[in-house]
Amino acid sequence: MKKIASIILSLFLASSISLAAQSDSLENAADLEKYREVNDFVDENESCFKCHAETKYVLVDEFFGTEFVNSLCPDKMVTRDEYYSMVHKSFACLDCHAYDYEEFPHPLSARLEEPYQCIDCHGYDENYAHFQFEDIEMEYMESVHAEQVENFSCWKCHDPHSYQLTVRDDGATIKEAIAYNNDICLSCHSDFSRFELLTDREEIDILDTHDWLPNQAAHFGSVRCIECHTSLSDSTLVAHHVQPSELAVKKCSECHSKNSILMASLYKHEAKESRRKYGFINGVILNEAYVIGANRNTTLSFIGILLFLLTMGGISIHIVARIIFKK
Amino acid sequence: MAKLSYHYPLSIRIWHGINALCILLLIATGISMYYVDPNRTLIEFSWAVKIHNITGVILSFSYLIFFISNITTGNRKYYKMPLKGIGERLLKQSQYYAFGMFKGEKKPYPITEQRKFNPLQKLFYVIIMYIGVPLVIISGWGLLLPESVIGAFMGVSGILITDVLHVAMGFFISLFLVIHIYVSTIGHTRSANFKSIVNGYGWIEESENAK
Repeated sequence: MKKIASIILSLFLASSISLAAQSDSLENAADLEKYREVNDFVDENESCFKCHAETKYVLVDEFFGTEFVNSLCPDKMVTRDEYYSMVHKSFACLDCHAYDYEEFPHPLSARLEEPYQCIDCHGYDENYAHFQFEDIEMEYMESVHAEQVENFSCWKCHDPHSYQLTVRDDGATIKEAIAYNNDICLSCHSDFSRFELLTDREEIDILDTHDWLPNQAAHFGSVRCIECHTSLSDSTLVAHHVQPSELAVKKCSECHSKNSILMASLYKHEAKESRRKYGFINGVILNEAYVIGANRNTTLSFIGILLFLLTMGGISIHIVARIIFKK
Repeated sequence: MAKLSYHYPLSIRIWHGINALCILLLIATGISMYYVDPNRTLIEFSWAVKIHNITGVILSFSYLIFFISNITTGNRKYYKMPLKGIGERLLKQSQYYAFGMFKGEKKPYPITEQRKFNPLQKLFYVIIMYIGVPLVIISGWGLLLPESVIGAFMGVSGILITDVLHVAMGFFISLFLVIHIYVSTIGHTRSANFKSIVNGYGWIEESENAK
């Protein structure tokens, strides 16, 4: 009986609580107009942004006339500018989230919703075939993130409310793409407050763990983390098979020698980017998408030098014979 | 009886000169890139890449001119190699280079108005100009436009295959160049062939049927 009374009281309280965002900065009409250029659901989305674009929200208990000011969990914050400039900028919030979220406080059924993963919308769709979501999904499922981290998902790296295309975006330079990609990794791996939300491991000092790397800053600025920390393939532009750290590339020769791993996907992108940046002719001729030592091949070198020596040997014998026979 | 004759027209000499310059630059820059070492550099890496790319594009056009000219002009006749008896002719020419020339034997296939190349030269030129150079050009363009190269072939990276093919053909052409220059010293005199390709006049036999 006591339990039933408690439930009734809770429902009563919940129904009497209304919401007010701690917002002095609700977007003015002019700002919203800007977003309407890319999204047809700006007004509908505002019912979410009035809390989720703020750092605090207020719960009002109309029955007792009290207010509770709460901080919004940073993970739940979404800025309008980020939202309306990301890859899914034309979406209504409720395109992906359950309609139960229209209620406030959000009911448990909404909070327990299983979020869509990339493959749910993009898999096996010709329009997105060039993104290779199916291959990416397979690679991801074998990755250390999927296998060893509980509750990991696409969204841990690709924030669905702010994600931008860089590597596949013709507008981004290679340096921007590298920085953006590496920021995704570093957002957890160099921020322990986020890292510890997903794992019990100790804090990692990226600079310490990479202190063996010569020209560390140059490498960090020129190479994506995934170049060494995934099993790269020629077919997938952005590799997702993130491997345990002990399997990471540590040999200079993996990049600066025959069959350079960088000759695969990034090489193609860099050559393309060079053409975009400098124009076709200059880009083709002056492209520097070439890693020092990237095409050195020991077997080929051996055969080449052997044939050269044999040729020179044959010519030398012939020269000697010509000298002897005065020809 | 040998006589000096205007044997190499200006157009061919200009083409040969451009081709030779391109090949030499490509080999020098190619070696610099392939055996790159910060401590021992033939040509500084970034310059080697630039020069190699630009020269490669020029060589491509030069080759296109060669290919079209050989279709549209009579120059192709010098490259024709009847298959019948080819083994015998190659053996004869090889024997001449290995033994005959030292014994003072007559050239089995001397240069005439109708024949610029002996059977061995023809074989090498055809292999180089119709297999080696096209392959090095196609693979070179493949590396310049890497997204045009297939992702993988039988599990091996397409870029790697293209790269190995390019380097292998580069080695092959380099070897050809060494042999080509050396064989050029076996002329009327040691320098006669070099002079010919500059001034166009070469020593040819007056009467001989080309094969």
